[in-house]
Amino acid sequence: MQLVIFYIFAAVLLFSATMVITAKNPVHAVLFLVLTFFNAAAIWLFAEAEFLGVALVLVYVGAVMVLFLFVVMMLDINVARMREGFARYLPLGAAVALVMILEMVLVVSAPDAPVPAAGEPLPDNNTRAIGSVLYTVYLYPFELAAGLLLVAIIAAILLTHRRRPGTRHQDPGKQVRVRKADRLRLVNLPREPKVAPAAAAEAQQQTETK
Amino acid sequence: MMAEILELIWIVLKIVAIAVPLILAVAYMTYAERKVIGWIQVRRGPNRVGPLGLLQPFADVFKLVLKELLVPAQANKALFIIAPLMVIAPAFAAWAVVPFNAGVVLADINVGLLYILAMTSLGVYGIVLAGWASNSKYALLGAMRTGAQVVSYEIAMGFALVGVLMAARSLNLTEIVEAQAGPFWNWYWLPLLPLFIVYWISGVAETNRAPFDVAEGESEIVAGFHVEYSGTAFALFFLAEYANMILVSALASIMFLGGWYSPFHGVPVLGPIFDLVPGPLWLFAKMAFFLFCYIWFRGTFPRYRYDQIMRLGWKVLIPVTVVWLIVESLMIIFKIGPWF
Repeated sequence: MQLVIFYIFAAVLLFSATMVITAKNPVHAVLFLVLTFFNAAAIWLFAEAEFLGVALVLVYVGAVMVLFLFVVMMLDINVARMREGFARYLPLGAAVALVMILEMVLVVSAPDAPVPAAGEPLPDNNTRAIGSVLYTVYLYPFELAAGLLLVAIIAAILLTHRRRPGTRHQDPGKQVRVRKADRLRLVNLPREPKVAPAAAAEAQQQTETK
Repeated sequence: MMAEILELIWIVLKIVAIAVPLILAVAYMTYAERKVIGWIQVRRGPNRVGPLGLLQPFADVFKLVLKELLVPAQANKALFIIAPLMVIAPAFAAWAVVPFNAGVVLADINVGLLYILAMTSLGVYGIVLAGWASNSKYALLGAMRTGAQVVSYEIAMGFALVGVLMAARSLNLTEIVEAQAGPFWNWYWLPLLPLFIVYWISGVAETNRAPFDVAEGESEIVAGFHVEYSGTAFALFFLAEYANMILVSALASIMFLGGWYSPFHGVPVLGPIFDLVPGPLWLFAKMAFFLFCYIWFRGTFPRYRYDQIMRLGWKVLIPVTVVWLIVESLMIIFKIGPWF
């Protein structure tokens, strides 16, 4: 039963992964990538890696892909011109793919790979297990990755947040400090001449007193 | 095989037992909203259909269901139809881990809190896609506003929940409630008061409700992302919005107001008297308070300007959460206060 469900998820995953690179509409491609992540998360849940599964959905589907979708939606992508580049970038793409395949083979076939054998019981609460390993055994790599991400954040903000001439900024402090007298000028306009003489005289008096 | 099928039927029954009351709650939430806003504005609200207008939600539902579902000519048809489903599915799926009483929960998983965060962050897809697939400028503007707003407030919300998980030392929602067992001064709203306020504000912003409802903004962009929708598809967006409001209220009650515990749980004389009321009723009462606040906000606050929303999210709420997380970890390390 579990095997059948696994194969269903795996089949959907492979199908949507293929669709990511073959779909004509970029928005469809992004959505297929979302579906791929979802199925990968489901397969991780089957391997009882609940923390990783949910974290995958939270980080990639919930945050990263939303921004992807955002950018793709805003761009007016010319599909025909993208197709033209296919042959030009083929050697580079093939080289990257080859390196990735080689790395995967090396990792999987390594004799002392720290992968538990199938069927070995996992710790009951694997959030706690991951946390305790991450902050003890792998503390330095973890801190290094965090530092790297911080540098990336600062770099990205610096690149986009430079002062450009002609941009306008609002200063909330100034906005809050504004008083009525700064913005509003009360003007007394003389009344229309055709009114009852008494009222006109009164109005005249009022404007004079002010 | 037989046992598996029986288990499947049992699970489906449990889902129905959560989903049907939820839909009814949504229906009467719309009624309550119109009544309360009516009272705030010195009107009577709906009072024609049924006694006291109590059948008004059903009249509305039948009206929407019987209307024609229009698809704009230049719209992306598949995504236009799928988008409302992508809004409604996570809004209901998140309820799987919400505990109503000790042990009364559909899926008692270890990563409940993360699951909730993951599910609530998915709803934005439906909204963004609805705006894009409609092929209309107002819809696209509404979708962009929602996308930016939800992604920004999710960060503050996530940080607030980190505080809860640090205090409870668990991601399981049942364990989070049990860690707060006791009278109301034991609940996390007190030691985590800044996080509680941040969570509630970002919860209102996440559900696109007033005063943060720029995604709809009737006066500027007509109705935002769902301007092209009609009939049942339109109803689904509202079903999802209200289901999300109820969900945020339930989570605020569970994580900061002690879930199903009575306000005097464990106090010598008052405790046993208040415990006569069953736990779920306490939870529902707390949820009702938050839901009333939603309507109250809508009836009293003017809409925020878009740049002010962004400023509040990034420059006020996120620094507050970060500072309070540091304070909280110091309290935990040095064992300060009665809570940690």
